[in-house]
Amino acid sequence: MSARPVLLEAKDLSVSYGKVEALHKVSLTIREGEIVTVIGPNGAGKTTLLSSLMGLLPGQGEVVYLGRTLGNDVEVEERVGFGLTLVPEKRELFADMSVADNLLLGAFDRYRRGDRDFDGTMNEVYGIFPRLRERAAQMAGTLSGGERQMLAMGRALMAKPKLLMLDEPSLGLAPLIIREIFRVVASLREMGVSVLLVEQNARAALQVADFGYVLETGEVSLEGPSRELENDPRVIEAYLGLGGKH
Amino acid sequence: MDFQIALLLGQDGLTNGAIYALLALALVLVFAVTRVIFIPQGEFVAYGALTLAALQAGKLPATLWMVVALGAVVVAVDGAIALRHGAMRRLPRMLALNLGIPLLLWALLAHVETAGLSLIAQIALTLCIVVPLGPMLYRLAYQPIAEAPVLILLIVSVAVHVVLIGLGLLFFGAEGTRTPAFSEGSLELGAVTLQYQTLWILAISALLILALYAFFGRTLYGKALRATALNRTGARLMGISTTMAGKLSFTLAALIGAFSGILISPITTLYYDSGFLIGLKGFVGAIIGGLVSYPLAAAGALLVGFLESYSSFWASAYKEVIVFTLIIPVLLWRSLTSHHSEEEE
Repeated sequence: MSARPVLLEAKDLSVSYGKVEALHKVSLTIREGEIVTVIGPNGAGKTTLLSSLMGLLPGQGEVVYLGRTLGNDVEVEERVGFGLTLVPEKRELFADMSVADNLLLGAFDRYRRGDRDFDGTMNEVYGIFPRLRERAAQMAGTLSGGERQMLAMGRALMAKPKLLMLDEPSLGLAPLIIREIFRVVASLREMGVSVLLVEQNARAALQVADFGYVLETGEVSLEGPSRELENDPRVIEAYLGLGGKH
Repeated sequence: MDFQIALLLGQDGLTNGAIYALLALALVLVFAVTRVIFIPQGEFVAYGALTLAALQAGKLPATLWMVVALGAVVVAVDGAIALRHGAMRRLPRMLALNLGIPLLLWALLAHVETAGLSLIAQIALTLCIVVPLGPMLYRLAYQPIAEAPVLILLIVSVAVHVVLIGLGLLFFGAEGTRTPAFSEGSLELGAVTLQYQTLWILAISALLILALYAFFGRTLYGKALRATALNRTGARLMGISTTMAGKLSFTLAALIGAFSGILISPITTLYYDSGFLIGLKGFVGAIIGGLVSYPLAAAGALLVGFLESYSSFWASAYKEVIVFTLIIPVLLWRSLTSHHSEEEE
């Protein structure tokens, strides 16, 4: 595993909201083609971590992506151009626009840089989420929760990201849909997309991931290959529940 | 009032209403994308008309100095930022857009006898001078406070408006100007006589509205502007920069404003400060559309046009009062019927 080249590395990343420090010296590494998950309780700083990596929040410490240092002056829009994409917890869809237009806008940065060939990507996304093709003309605001998550992920994939960051993709969804979403996350590896998956649903996240971090009150308390974390008594007790059956 | 007068007033109302509709659409666009209530919209109307008049008189319009000066300030500000971040690759484009084009215009105008040019060339030159002022103003006045509350943005808008009015007086003097009609003559249509200029205004307004409709419905940049209006964070995550969206919407607003001024300056005398009232009437139309709905804003602006023209017949002295009083029942009706969300402010 360690032979894979590093895609993104954060060293001692700290983020504060005013005087409150939400993230304290967090270090993590994501390798190409890997699914890395960050699990932890509510308020541990998981969303803060993703927002900072995406450039939505300024942080201290060092973030290196493909050999390039991502300082606080590198704006969100620029990071999208580098191949980083975030699917936020709130999805942030364009509610009064059609599903097809939402997807199309996912490719805006490619269009801006002169890459007009996104019909193929659109078909790929429809292949992954056939439901979106059925709903193509419908307004995004009228979709069900599961369909919204599919659209948010599909829109992010339209950008052809190298690193897809997913913030709680299973939040508020029915078990069947969650299984569907995680099946897609697992399949992204074959498409060459690396994934940083933030989840409260620790069991599902560890099952699909290669490597995991446990984030508690803004600090990494445990890390390791997800098979090991799944069997770690501390993780089982705190996040998987007794028995740890899956 | 007999039938013929009614038709005549209707024609007036429709003509003015078309212009108000254009301005209302620009106001809705700017507000939706940037949350700025663009009070200086009217100044672009005046600047457009007065710049064209200066070119037709064979004079160098003072707005040319303004675009050169503003461009230089933008380059100084953005250049300093780029230097600090070592982002040198941004420099060439920035220099070309903000200084290159204005200086090129200057060189061109210094050597060409503009009075002898065709009307189309004069209009094109006018737009080249006035329209860049839109994104430059956005860069200098609004972009640094883009995340500020609507009220602060409104206060800045009032300031920009006052400055532009003052500069207008300095640039063009207190005298009003009129420009010749696009084509002289008129059309007899039964009982009414339609000036060709009226037809030009109606046709070009309709064309511009259709073009805007196609831009927002069919092009990815148009959709990107709508996306920014709907969900700023979502748009940024797609790589749609809020700054780009702001500059683009200000460019469109400046274009619409300047073109409106060019369209109406053959039918009405425009002074350096005439734009304000015209823009304000567009604003009443935009308010009828709740500052969000384009079709309602356009319809509201037409209503303003008709109301103005018929009230000028019945109660000429109170014409403006009647038009602006319209806003009170509209606001009352909107406050009773629309659901207010406290999400952002």
